[in-house]
Amino acid sequence: MNLKLKIWRQKDAHDKGRFEEYHVENVSEGSSFLEMLDILNNNLIHEGKEPIAFDHDCREGICGMCSLFIDGRAHGPDDDVTTCQLHMRKFKDGDTITIEPWRSKAFPVIKDLVVDRSAYDKILQAGGYVSVNTGGVPDANAIPIPKKNADESMDAAACIGCGACVATCKNGSAMLFVAARVSSLALLPQGKVEAARRAKAMVAKMDELGFGGCTNTGACEAECPKGISIAHIARLNREFLCAKLKD
Amino acid sequence: MSKLWSSSIGKKLVMSLSGLFLLVFLLVHLVANLFFYGGPDAYNAMCEFMDTNPFIRIMVPVLAAGFIIHIAWATAITLKNQTARPVKYKVQDLSKSSAWESRNMYVLGIIVLGILAWHLSDFWAHMQLQHFIGGQAVASPYELLVQTFANPVISVLYIVWIIALWFHLRHGFWSAFQTIGLDNQIWIKRWKCAAKVYAFIVAAGFISIPVAVLLIKCFGK
Repeated sequence: MNLKLKIWRQKDAHDKGRFEEYHVENVSEGSSFLEMLDILNNNLIHEGKEPIAFDHDCREGICGMCSLFIDGRAHGPDDDVTTCQLHMRKFKDGDTITIEPWRSKAFPVIKDLVVDRSAYDKILQAGGYVSVNTGGVPDANAIPIPKKNADESMDAAACIGCGACVATCKNGSAMLFVAARVSSLALLPQGKVEAARRAKAMVAKMDELGFGGCTNTGACEAECPKGISIAHIARLNREFLCAKLKD
Repeated sequence: MSKLWSSSIGKKLVMSLSGLFLLVFLLVHLVANLFFYGGPDAYNAMCEFMDTNPFIRIMVPVLAAGFIIHIAWATAITLKNQTARPVKYKVQDLSKSSAWESRNMYVLGIIVLGILAWHLSDFWAHMQLQHFIGGQAVASPYELLVQTFANPVISVLYIVWIIALWFHLRHGFWSAFQTIGLDNQIWIKRWKCAAKVYAFIVAAGFISIPVAVLLIKCFGK
């Protein structure tokens, strides 16, 4: 297939940036979106031009490194997949595809399509962990956990921190990310101990970093490559409000 | 409770609680309006009760505060959320990921504010307000209602406004429960369903009255 691409180019964080048009030819329908960009970058290198910078790592849909806002949607037109798992068969020969970086005040563009997502790390550092004291390792089966809780916790823990929720939310809210982290830990006995402090610290950090507020549109859930439910946001609200009321 | 009200979730809590209060008010108002179908005597008696009942008189300033808080917080939250994405997307398609009304709550709210402004200057100013300022209330509220809605322009505008309210409620109802945390993977479907039912009942109830007045005007009783 032959495609026309409109891609955001930006030299560095201070550059104003602009869209540039590219053409790629003979792209296999079986190749992934990132492989298509690899082909384009190979051509650009052969022409002596600067290749397009974009984030990628495992290319197996589990690391959360790839991003891209493709034709107006986070991770492109396919559901429940990351950009690396998006195949070119989802597009038609002759299509024009617009590719933009995640747009958020908290995720500044570093270069071209690469954004700085360290804001997520800062939120995690604020409370997205379980404190473990030194000593012998307890027997995993000694603490009974209801199957329902374990399942729900694992569903939330599926978050790969890619940032699609922030990118797609009309308010640039990080609530689904924070909710997934708070929920996955609060549901388990090991995480429950610090649940109140965690919810307060992570929400405070999220607000401080310039993310918007949640207005329950549900777009994050629809675009999340791991299909994490906004029901976890309700749990975060509950955890946060209960913790604050006890203060 | 330190910093609760300045946090993003705390601000939404204010929207949620004031919204739930307004949802209850709308139901009470709807029940009052439906006395129209009981005829002039029933409707006028209901208006007399609403205008003079001490509890209702106490609730009027509380209701006004509910509206003002809901609108003020919505404005503050909307303005704050606008700053989270300084550079907009060239292409953004949210139609596949979220409901239209959920993305346009503030715009819908402004349209609903339109009905409120008109309503206060028309029906309310001639009826309940007169009891507050010691003036002369309209003798027959039923006649005022019929005369007002007999004007098709007013009726059509009223219906458009109520449709805006309908969409506002379709999202607002379940969103209020989500914000206060009374939601999970099972209840999210139930709240969304209840929101559609509630919004339809409210919208259909309010719209039915100007429609009935116009039908009576066209075809007689």
